[in-house]
Amino acid sequence: MAKVLVVTSGKGGVGKTTSTAALGAALAQNNQKVAVVDFDVGLRNLDLIMGAEQRVVFDLINVIKGDAKLSQALIRDKRIDTLSLLPASQTRDKDNLTEEGVARVISELREQFDWIICDSPAGIERGATLAMRHADVAVVVTNPEVSSIRDSDRIIGLLDAKTEKAEQGDRVEKHLLLTRYDTARAQRGEILKVDDVLDILSIPLLGIIPESPDVLRASNIGAPVTLGSPNSVAARAYLDAARRLSGEVIAPQEKRGLLSKLFTRRAA
Amino acid sequence: MNIFKFLNRRTSAPVARERLQVLLAHERTIVGGQDDLVATLREEILAVIAKHMAVEHDNVQIKMDRGASVSTLEVDIEIPTAKTGMRPAA
Repeated sequence: MAKVLVVTSGKGGVGKTTSTAALGAALAQNNQKVAVVDFDVGLRNLDLIMGAEQRVVFDLINVIKGDAKLSQALIRDKRIDTLSLLPASQTRDKDNLTEEGVARVISELREQFDWIICDSPAGIERGATLAMRHADVAVVVTNPEVSSIRDSDRIIGLLDAKTEKAEQGDRVEKHLLLTRYDTARAQRGEILKVDDVLDILSIPLLGIIPESPDVLRASNIGAPVTLGSPNSVAARAYLDAARRLSGEVIAPQEKRGLLSKLFTRRAA
Repeated sequence: MNIFKFLNRRTSAPVARERLQVLLAHERTIVGGQDDLVATLREEILAVIAKHMAVEHDNVQIKMDRGASVSTLEVDIEIPTAKTGMRPAA
């Protein structure tokens, strides 16, 4: 059955779009049918990170308003044919995102794909709440930094209150993706450690993406890092995270005892 | 700079951790539906005072300090004397 996944964070610039592209590509690389949907109306960027910026004809708003069919707006990835992109509108504003329209598009996507990955805009306004509205699973992208953690906590509260699942008395499955993590700095006590972040946010860990030049390089060339530099540490971390999302139990890349312990930890 | 300060200079992460734990403990109660008690008190105290006298907004100092176990609300109101016109608010 199709799963709707929202990649969210509250704070901007922590790696939502990068992570959406990398996780979407990674799932598609495992032969899953994946649609990545950009909800950042007015400030779209997922097309750029996916390397499809020259191929956008129709967008999410066109589909919602009935100007285009879903099949016309979906852009199939040139590298993996099980991966598709539904871009956001760059010219309209977010008021065009309607609750019913989004519900209709999501349910239509559910019929065609295994995973629908919604790339949330920053903030907690319309775009962000609609991106999480129909989620079965949430990936909360967090940097080991106080403002990012505070915003993630707020988002976790919204996932538990404002989603369709929450309103039906069910729960959205939540996962923490810690990005831009620098192990050496954490060891020196300059930034929060994985353990600190897990203690504070109390949701299970999906992956730790190290601060890496490969991620920037991937965005420069318009390829999700799992496709552009598949052997890099960051790509391997994303590939593992994608397999965990599919339900596999995977030990972390670094076979250190401490890290594998962190991954088996559940929320308090 | 003394040696103690030097050694502690780099380990700011524990401070971050502690600040977050205190802050989020408060913010979670707000998102959870209940109002923030301290903020509610502040609003209601001001409303009660406004009912009985005209208080210049600049003459009210409010300090809030949220701690891990105890929070304090300090309301400092400059009440005008009868001469300068103590009267019920319009």
